Amino acid sequence: MQASPLLRAEGLVTHLFTDSGRVRAVDGVSLEVRAGEAVALVGESGCGKSMTALSLMRLVRPPGRILEGVVEFEGTPLLPLSDAEMRRLRGGRLAMIFQDPMTYLNPLMRVGAQIVEAIVLHQKVSAQAARTIALEALERVRIPAAATVLDYFPHQLSGGMRQRVLIAMAISSRPSLLIADEPTTALDVTVQAQIMQLLAEVRRALGSALLLITHDFGLVAEYCDRVYVMYAGQIVEEGSVFDVFERPRHPYTRALLRSTLGPDKRVASFTTIEGQPPSLIAPPRGCRFHPRCPEAMARCASESPPRFGLGVGVAARCWLHAGDAPAGREVAHG
Amino acid sequence: MLFYVARRLAQAVPLVFVIILINFFLIHAAPGDPVFVLLGSMDTTPEFVERVRREFGLDQPLWVQFATYLGKILSLDLGYSLRFQEPVLGLILDRLPATLLLMGTALTVSSVVGILLGAIAARRPYSVTDHASTIVALAGYSMPVFWLGQIMLIVFALHLAWFPTQGMYSLRAPSEGWGRVMDIARHMVLPVITYSVYHLALVYRLTRVKMQETLALDFITTARAKGVPEGRVVFVHALRNAVLPVVTVIGLNFGFMLAGSVLTETVFAWPGMGRLLFDAIGARDYPVLMGLFTVLSLMVIIANVITDVIYAMVDPRVIYR
Amino acid sequence: MSTAGAMQAAEATAQMPVIAPHVPAWRIFARNGTAAFGAIVLAVLIPLAVLGPFLAPFDPSRVNAGPPMAGPHWPHVFGTDDLGRDVFSRVADGLRVSLLVGFGAASFSTGLGVVVGGVAGFFGRFIDDLLMRITEIFQVIPRFFLGVLLVAFFGASIFNIIFAIAILSWPEVARVVRSEFLSLRARQFVDAARVAGASRRTLIFSEILPNAMGPVVVNGTLLVGQAMLLEAGLSYLGLGDPSLVSLGVMLQEAQQIMRTAWWTTAFPGLMIFLAVLSLNLVGDGLNDVLNPRSRER
Repeated sequence: MQASPLLRAEGLVTHLFTDSGRVRAVDGVSLEVRAGEAVALVGESGCGKSMTALSLMRLVRPPGRILEGVVEFEGTPLLPLSDAEMRRLRGGRLAMIFQDPMTYLNPLMRVGAQIVEAIVLHQKVSAQAARTIALEALERVRIPAAATVLDYFPHQLSGGMRQRVLIAMAISSRPSLLIADEPTTALDVTVQAQIMQLLAEVRRALGSALLLITHDFGLVAEYCDRVYVMYAGQIVEEGSVFDVFERPRHPYTRALLRSTLGPDKRVASFTTIEGQPPSLIAPPRGCRFHPRCPEAMARCASESPPRFGLGVGVAARCWLHAGDAPAGREVAHG
Repeated sequence: MLFYVARRLAQAVPLVFVIILINFFLIHAAPGDPVFVLLGSMDTTPEFVERVRREFGLDQPLWVQFATYLGKILSLDLGYSLRFQEPVLGLILDRLPATLLLMGTALTVSSVVGILLGAIAARRPYSVTDHASTIVALAGYSMPVFWLGQIMLIVFALHLAWFPTQGMYSLRAPSEGWGRVMDIARHMVLPVITYSVYHLALVYRLTRVKMQETLALDFITTARAKGVPEGRVVFVHALRNAVLPVVTVIGLNFGFMLAGSVLTETVFAWPGMGRLLFDAIGARDYPVLMGLFTVLSLMVIIANVITDVIYAMVDPRVIYR
Repeated sequence: MSTAGAMQAAEATAQMPVIAPHVPAWRIFARNGTAAFGAIVLAVLIPLAVLGPFLAPFDPSRVNAGPPMAGPHWPHVFGTDDLGRDVFSRVADGLRVSLLVGFGAASFSTGLGVVVGGVAGFFGRFIDDLLMRITEIFQVIPRFFLGVLLVAFFGASIFNIIFAIAILSWPEVARVVRSEFLSLRARQFVDAARVAGASRRTLIFSEILPNAMGPVVVNGTLLVGQAMLLEAGLSYLGLGDPSLVSLGVMLQEAQQIMRTAWWTTAFPGLMIFLAVLSLNLVGDGLNDVLNPRSRER
């Protein structure tokens, strides 16, 4: 139907083998990001969305392990790649920025050296040229007096500035996909907006796609084209941002939207979702959301719902749609 | 930076004062007449006893005595050893180079090897090699240093005769040039290994823990995410951060390291301060004992200052106020 | 946060209530095979030391119990020394003295450290500042040599040796106890007791101290081994109690004859090594059980 996506994950499974048991952090996740588009992966903290991002980058460390699935980036399957081949992509065509800029920079290395390191690894340039590129990257992320900041240590910068540095580092080799894991969560509210604006701007300038990992539906609405909703290690709903906001198909998405948007919509109180998020060590049988679902049926407690395709790029993993799904579009995962 | 060094030195002054106070306290708290402590338990003439009594103002009030004593130490007069018929300071300075040579070599070798092994072990935690080397390291500091020296001496010097049994040089070896260097090096092998085992075990274990902690930090993920090869992640990004606390601990443990060095010297009859300490204990030569305590304490204090300065040079977050 | 993996695990587990399966203490301890090994060795060594006089085939101080300087042979399994004394009997006897010094010094310094650290941590402010300054000074001065001076000046009796070693070792205990007190003092259950009108004494002895005991016990176990090594060091320099033969004293005596009779140094040293290693292993094992947060130490 369309050109092959920039990034495609199919049936991705990543579990953490901890002392207290096997944590099913990513349990059969499939998603796509097309060139140049901005996609959100939304869910409560602990639903496995950060683990999904790390799995896509193949940055999962023990006790975590990618068990099965396919990840394709620019047509290349990533999981069979050698470590060296994978490294060539990371920080090059495929870059990532993280949640807490305070801790994601090496405290003992100058900012410039850290950016230059990334550039030298991916572009065949001299150290001098790399420094010029680093300077350009810092200027692109609107760091004032960028030439001076190159020689700063991270502790001399504010949180917002550090996040800008991390973004500069990530875009220094003009990636085609930027994965941003809660890039603004650790920042002040005023700085958050600036950083998101900046990300959008930089992305447009470089033509990069963005996979935004967040718990904040507000950001999704403002900055993304499509959205995947994740719950307890699985994607429960996907669709265009417009679609999902107008017609959320999964009760979890509805609950999440209510709790995020609260007062703006008709719901008077700032509700949170009832009940506890499930254990990822022993997830509930059947639909993982059924213990908290206001619309749960008998079937939900025993049978895990498959992914019901509900139109172009729209799908939900919920028995409520068992009747709506066109024949042949029903694909079960996990 | 210079100002920082000066400030750290100034902070050490009260410590020096405390050490002099401890010596003074011991002279007076020890059973018997303080004058005999100052003399060391040597038989001597009544005239000399009187002279020392006057010299230290022992007939004066206590605070005058302390002032006198303090003055003497600060003018580098650490007393006189009747047994050796020499001023204590001279005795100690004669033996300082041998101790520094042995200790410096052992410290360098064991720190470098310990840090490298620790870094390598941290890369594969909970593997068989990791467990094994951890147990070996634990064994390394569960044995008396000097006993290890004795066993090494029996095996490698007496039975296998690979190395000389004691001392710092052979009588027949050339007294200058390359031949002398090689001769001293041969004499150093066993004491350096003996002494290194304990320190290496300590540095290894500490580095391993610190490396594991550091490798779990967020900026390591950043480095991996930008495609830095694993070797560079470990040895450039993680190691520098992990080594900082190790350096601090090495500095803090310097006193115990000196103790290890002294015991090792005694086993191998190395002509350093350890041997002097051993002889002074045997003769209950109190002036030498106190002098050694003072000098060794000063060495520890200086080592601590050096550690702090190194830390400040490596870590940009330390502000040189 | 510990490892990257653990952090990711923490993200996935800690933030959602996972019912932690209850693991009995002895199983954590036994899972740690090396700790179990240490415990078994101690279970052999301690009775050997206590029952030494009854188990030893010979009177440890009996001269010419066998031929002088004979290597290991039956009935002198560890050989004999230059005076024909039975090395095995002397090792059993020496182990008793060494363990006595070890446990004595460890209890003494633990007591001292708990008092200093507890007072500093509970009262805080300038008392804390003062006590911690003193603790720091004790940590910087070369304590082994201070011990040498103390024993040399006051005489090499076993009590002085225990006292000197205790003086060397209390600062670490004080620091551990202080930090435990500082964190526990602010904990809710202590506040609850305070609000309920508990006296300071009740607060310290029934609320805070029992909860601070984990690290203290672990540290105490490690201290026993360290004290044994320090005693051996002091003895080797000629500062052992001449009336009681410890393993360290045996090693010092052996220095003269070990060139021809290796067994006079090998066995006493091996015994110290085994005892200290086991104590360290058990200490590590206890640490896993009592302080699960710091598995790595």
